[in-house]
Amino acid sequence: MLAQAAPASQGGFQVPYLDYHALAPEIILTAVIVAVLLADLFLEERRKWVLSTVASFGLLAAFVPILTLALSGDDTRSMVGGAYVVDNFALVFKALFIVVGYVVLLMSTNYIEEGDYYQGEYYFLLLCSILGMVVMASARDLISIFVALETLSIPAYMLAGWRKRDLKSNEASLKYYLLGVLASAVMLYGMSLIYGYTGSTVLARIGAQMEGSITAQPLVTLSIMFIVVGFAFKVSAVPFHAWAPDTYEGAPTPVTAFLSVASKTGGFVALLQLIFVGFLGRDDVWAPMFGVLAALTMTVGNLIALRQTNIVRMLAYSSIAQAGYILVPFAVAGTSAEAARSAFTASVVYLLVYAAMNLGAFAVVIAVARKTRSGEISSYGGLFEYAPGMAVLMTVFLFSLAGIPPLAGAWAKIFVFRSVLDAGTTWAVVLGVIAAVNSVIALFYYSSIARQMWMSPVPDGDRTPLRVPAPLVAALGITVAVTVVVGVYPQLFARFGDLASLVP
Amino acid sequence: MSLTAAIFLPVLGAVVLGLIPRSQEKLLKAVALLVTLATAGVGAYLLANFDYGDSERLQFAADHRWIDVINSRYHIGIDGISLPLLILSMVITVLCVIYSWDHFPEPHNPKAFLILMLVLETGMNGTFAAQDLILFFVFFELVLLPMYFMIGVWGGPNRQYAAIKFFLYTLFGSALMILSFLALYFKGGETFDIPELISQSGAIAHGTQLLIFGGLFMGFAIKVPMFPFHTWLPDAHTEAPTVGSVILAAVLLKLGTYGFIRIAIPILPEAAISWAPWIGGLAVIGIIYGALGSLAQKDMKRLIAFSSVAHMGFVMLGIATLTDFGINAAVFGMVAHGLITGMLFFVAGSIQERFGTRELSRLGGLLIQAPRLGWVLGFCAFASLGLPGLAGFWGEFPAILAAYNPAEGLSEELFRGYMVVAAIGTVFAAGYLLWMLQRVAFGTAKEEFEHSHIHDIHGPEYLAWTPLLLAIVVFGIFPHLIFDITDGAVQLVARGVDALPVAAGR
Repeated sequence: MLAQAAPASQGGFQVPYLDYHALAPEIILTAVIVAVLLADLFLEERRKWVLSTVASFGLLAAFVPILTLALSGDDTRSMVGGAYVVDNFALVFKALFIVVGYVVLLMSTNYIEEGDYYQGEYYFLLLCSILGMVVMASARDLISIFVALETLSIPAYMLAGWRKRDLKSNEASLKYYLLGVLASAVMLYGMSLIYGYTGSTVLARIGAQMEGSITAQPLVTLSIMFIVVGFAFKVSAVPFHAWAPDTYEGAPTPVTAFLSVASKTGGFVALLQLIFVGFLGRDDVWAPMFGVLAALTMTVGNLIALRQTNIVRMLAYSSIAQAGYILVPFAVAGTSAEAARSAFTASVVYLLVYAAMNLGAFAVVIAVARKTRSGEISSYGGLFEYAPGMAVLMTVFLFSLAGIPPLAGAWAKIFVFRSVLDAGTTWAVVLGVIAAVNSVIALFYYSSIARQMWMSPVPDGDRTPLRVPAPLVAALGITVAVTVVVGVYPQLFARFGDLASLVP
Repeated sequence: MSLTAAIFLPVLGAVVLGLIPRSQEKLLKAVALLVTLATAGVGAYLLANFDYGDSERLQFAADHRWIDVINSRYHIGIDGISLPLLILSMVITVLCVIYSWDHFPEPHNPKAFLILMLVLETGMNGTFAAQDLILFFVFFELVLLPMYFMIGVWGGPNRQYAAIKFFLYTLFGSALMILSFLALYFKGGETFDIPELISQSGAIAHGTQLLIFGGLFMGFAIKVPMFPFHTWLPDAHTEAPTVGSVILAAVLLKLGTYGFIRIAIPILPEAAISWAPWIGGLAVIGIIYGALGSLAQKDMKRLIAFSSVAHMGFVMLGIATLTDFGINAAVFGMVAHGLITGMLFFVAGSIQERFGTRELSRLGGLLIQAPRLGWVLGFCAFASLGLPGLAGFWGEFPAILAAYNPAEGLSEELFRGYMVVAAIGTVFAAGYLLWMLQRVAFGTAKEEFEHSHIHDIHGPEYLAWTPLLLAIVVFGIFPHLIFDITDGAVQLVARGVDALPVAAGR
């Protein structure tokens, strides 16, 4: 049996070629994870803060090889028969995940230290999840995608339930876990069918066969649909979004920020690789699906967000709607090679920009909640009077999310519109108009928070200024700098969209 | 370089203001004034060095790489159409800083107010100088946020509703506008450069042109605002603080009409001919509707706001004729409306401040209690109704006249019909303005204000108003001061329409 499975021509097992330079970020991260876990065993309770320092320096260390890889000029490093690839795309997203992870660490440090939480395990799980994402950026094989997905998801399920004496947090974790597992199962079934028909798990080889005779097989169509639906759960696209608001509200706020940015981006990174490398030839299956998903996700997300009174829930629905905008380019990518390139750029730019502005908004929420101890939108009344800086920052993030120039979010939307018009079909333009109308609806609820902050009185009359700890200030500084600088000079991110393109 | 300075000096000033502590009010005001004066100084330099013999050429141009991926460039430059509007924007901002010197509206906070005003100026100046659609879009949108906060924070009792209405309306228009810009990019040779698009737009199929023009129309018409998209305007004006109303009326509305002249018509002349009868129709409806609306108002600011709808109707009628005569009148009308209606809002603000109300039925006898203020109001009312010899006349009268003989390809009968309606509109204008003047300035003070002491015009008001009042007279007597600047550039736009086969075929 075994002898049969091994390729006869190669004569037995071959040690796969490993490029240690290319794997350096993953290796460093793994080492840091082990270090955090061990250090946690030996540290006294009052010195646990060291862990967050170790974790954040570890993340910065993992960033170094990404820079050296980017500067080495060697474009593509492919390993394990094309299953694990380090190219520009991988580097851009590895960098994004590590920076996002770093910002989330900055946001969590005080939150975790001041609450009644296990610190060591928190950083351990967070880093594990980040490792899964970093692996995901290189995974060009069904199995490695699945492994990466589980590595990033399973720690996230636990993180969502971190406030373990809080019922809402328990509910958050359980809902997230059950639906996540369901999604994995559906996806895995689809993957197994694909393997059955193509005889390969490597995306590039699957992609080559999608042009051929197997395309006529109805089960291939079905399995692509399964995979898309599985990821629709992961990126919380309507109608597979039901878990998101409850999970986001129940989870500790830094974890919510992490889920809504990093975990979602992880799902999109997998989708980008699957669709643009694996299934590009079958746009007849996925293009209409993405079209419907995008239109529903934008519209439903925005309409429900309008009615929210809790800011985290509102940001949850807003992030559902934002996922809708990111799905729009997928829906139009199939019309031509040019449209595919333009769609790819749009999705990549949107993901990069979305990370900065959404994390920033959550950082403000954490900072304000330190004083008000409330997540209600009404508790933001008069913020401009006692914390003008915070009000201005929140305004920048919200209007960036709404897509008002000259903030980064505007460019994300403009690139989406560009991809839609590049495709040029009637349906594409209809989708573009739906997106345009949605961005107006979205403005209404984003501006309702701005209205509270600037135009309403302080609800309890307490005007003592806000004290923001240094790590949080750093997180805010990073996110606002990206939001504004990219807003004024979008070329900075736009070039990544082209540079990282996986479209042939 | 000088033009770049004209655009970005204010926003640099805003950054500086951000660094000054809130308690240093004097310093904040002084820096803001200095920055706006310096910007206006750059404006004076531009005026002095502008080549008036060659006003259709883009001058002080700069063209640098910006967003390579979508081939959008930092391309700025001004011609005879932009110059007067750019100067108007600079002057109005200086005067607004002076006017608000010692009456900042509640909740006070001069720091935030002045920062917003400076950001606003960057947006306005940039829009008038941008020669790249994406750059234009960015500046066009940049004015939204400061104005939203100005209305929402410093406005009247119903300010939150007015602010969000203003924001949502405009954003809806600009969302469709950006779609049209992108469509132009793909159909017009993958460029956002306005001059380049103008030179190669003929290649776009007629049906597509009509659609793209439709998107642009929504973006600009909401900003103008044209009937039936005007409903945000009365609310925004009524609730905005005085300075907000002045900037809104004097400059922001012009961004819409300017968009038609700079972008929609020159790039899509064929579609412009097809759309012109509808635009003209909406324009004259706006003239009559605005006038009737004015007659029905009880609030002075709301009345002036509705009169804006009517006046912008004249501007749009001039544009809809697609002739050099009409468009010249439109640009003149834009400047004149900026000066006159800006002034009217200043006066309304000062009256509100003195009496605590703008309700026409409670006011009266201003000429007795504060004769100078009364006379200024009278002067502005006459200027606004288009009295010959004052600036308002040269915006309205040539626009009406131009409708007599619209561009080739447009129905003469239809536009002559519009002309008659517009002419009737001027009578209404005289009606509501004089009626307002009578109720506010004539007669005796109402009982409640009989014994209250009403200040006449004071220092900052003199300083802020004199330049505007002088300009209204000077441009009224020497209209060629503006027509000479605009004509060359306008000719270029009109020639683009005339050169079309549809037009030439008649």
